Amino acid sequence: MHSCVGLSCVLLLTVIGAATVERAEYDYFKYHPMSEITGWMAQIQKENPDLVSIMDYGKTYEKRTISLLKIGVNTGEKKKAIWMDCGIHAREWIAPAFCQYFVRQILDAYKKDPKMQEMMKNMDFYVTPVLNMDGYIFSWANDSTRLWRKNRSPGPAGCDCYGTDLNRNFDANWGTIGVSFNCCDQTYCGKDAMSEPEAQAVTFFVGTRKEDFLCFLTIHSYGQLLLLPYGHPNFTAPNYDELMKVGLAAADAIKKVHGMHYTVGTSPDVLYPNSGSSRDWSRMQGIPYTFTFELRDNGTYGFELPEDQIKPACEEAYSGALEIITYAHNKTFNGAVATAAATLWTVLLTVCVTSTNLM
Amino acid sequence: MATGELNPNHYQAQRAAKVVQHYLNTRNGSPFRLFRLSRVHSGNLEDLVDSGRKYQLEITVKESISNTTEKLSASVLFPREERQGSAQVQASCDELLKVNITAQEEAFYQQYKNSQNLVSAQYLPDSHGRIDDDMRPFWHLSIVASSFVMLKESNENTLYNMAQVANVTQLATENDQLKFDGHILLHDMVSQEIIHWKLQFTWSPPEGVKVLQMEQLPHCHHCEKPQNSN
Repeated sequence: MHSCVGLSCVLLLTVIGAATVERAEYDYFKYHPMSEITGWMAQIQKENPDLVSIMDYGKTYEKRTISLLKIGVNTGEKKKAIWMDCGIHAREWIAPAFCQYFVRQILDAYKKDPKMQEMMKNMDFYVTPVLNMDGYIFSWANDSTRLWRKNRSPGPAGCDCYGTDLNRNFDANWGTIGVSFNCCDQTYCGKDAMSEPEAQAVTFFVGTRKEDFLCFLTIHSYGQLLLLPYGHPNFTAPNYDELMKVGLAAADAIKKVHGMHYTVGTSPDVLYPNSGSSRDWSRMQGIPYTFTFELRDNGTYGFELPEDQIKPACEEAYSGALEIITYAHNKTFNGAVATAAATLWTVLLTVCVTSTNLM
Repeated sequence: MATGELNPNHYQAQRAAKVVQHYLNTRNGSPFRLFRLSRVHSGNLEDLVDSGRKYQLEITVKESISNTTEKLSASVLFPREERQGSAQVQASCDELLKVNITAQEEAFYQQYKNSQNLVSAQYLPDSHGRIDDDMRPFWHLSIVASSFVMLKESNENTLYNMAQVANVTQLATENDQLKFDGHILLHDMVSQEIIHWKLQFTWSPPEGVKVLQMEQLPHCHHCEKPQNSN
């Protein structure tokens, strides 16, 4: 009797064990609240311990921890880097969805694509799925908060409203154009440049590593645009021509996926002038390839992009982002590889000639 | 601001072209017909000393329910001063109007004309972008009604889309027109503001959409305070 009970226990535990190994597949084509995204990050790290680590790099106004996924092969050496952030603006839900999809794609590609394997050896990807966590959570609170844009820090004394536009708060021609100093407005740039903890977190993390970064991609919606620096009409990026060329190649890549047209250009040309954006700040740090992605759509659904469009929106954006990342990688690395190969041949030929002469 | 030939991808031509979309919707929009700006092919801007700034555009417009497109010429005149009224648009999309929607319009009209249960819907689309199939025509109607507001409010420094219908409520049919109260949220891309408007509008197949009343609602400051939620 006693041994039968024991056997039943063993069988029961085996069944339970088998059940817990069968975890639910994460649905990349639904919108996820912050708690699920945090859980997903932990799961991704757990499933890919050799490639993925989570780094905490700041706190939001409401004291939440801002984290990113660092993805790349651990070579033990200092590596070049790609930065991607999503969700600076709370209501742009397709952006965090894209960051999650991007992570899944590059990890999948690493398994089978030699080019991605090469890129992950040479570079680390730093992906922040939701930068403005307080704002994102607020936009999930109820139907009436869905269209919140800013962070959740209170306004200055004498102003009743909440929130600073994080994409006007960076120290890049701060407060000069395309901003409001009225704390109730959607483009309120804050009381000072970098007054907001979320902007400080990015500035400190990227700023202390700025020589490493090749690309800084910041993901937004809507409008179907690829924006180059600068937001201020009187300033031109030193590599404007190259940025246009790469941007147009990315737009071409996007169009090939589902036929969608993305317009490429500086903010003042194709959208509106602005200042204090994360893209401008990163270009001013010397990071060469900095772009703002404005994803689907063109105003039909706007910020409330239907979930059945998450997949195509992410697929095309991935193509575009990969175009830019691959260009940046190849410009930095294949040139070096070619030089090393040429040097080796020169040495071998010299040895050959020398030994021939000696004969 | 530069006059002459415009880059069709740049903001000047794009903003003017969006106004054409709003105009076409006010003229011919219906629960089963909705116009969307698809592409701007070319643009030209003239500064007319007395009247204002006139945009001449070549655009492609899509009728989003039948998914058909038409290329057309349009002009948009933004008056020099606000007191001179809103933008004056000249455009027509004759080909797209040939798509036959008579049967759907009539069926919809009859279904709701003498209805005992007046329809009411909130948040179209919802936070996840969903719209129930039977609510779609009301979403379209609300976009058309909003287009009257967007046309009136548009200038060279705005780019309007309807962000969401907060509420649309059917009222009793009056003079054979379906009648509605709507609370709609407009998004102006340039300022990034969400602007609330209350509208009262009517529709019938022969008359199209007419807006009886429109009123902008003030920004709700106390609505921004932290909510009691996790």
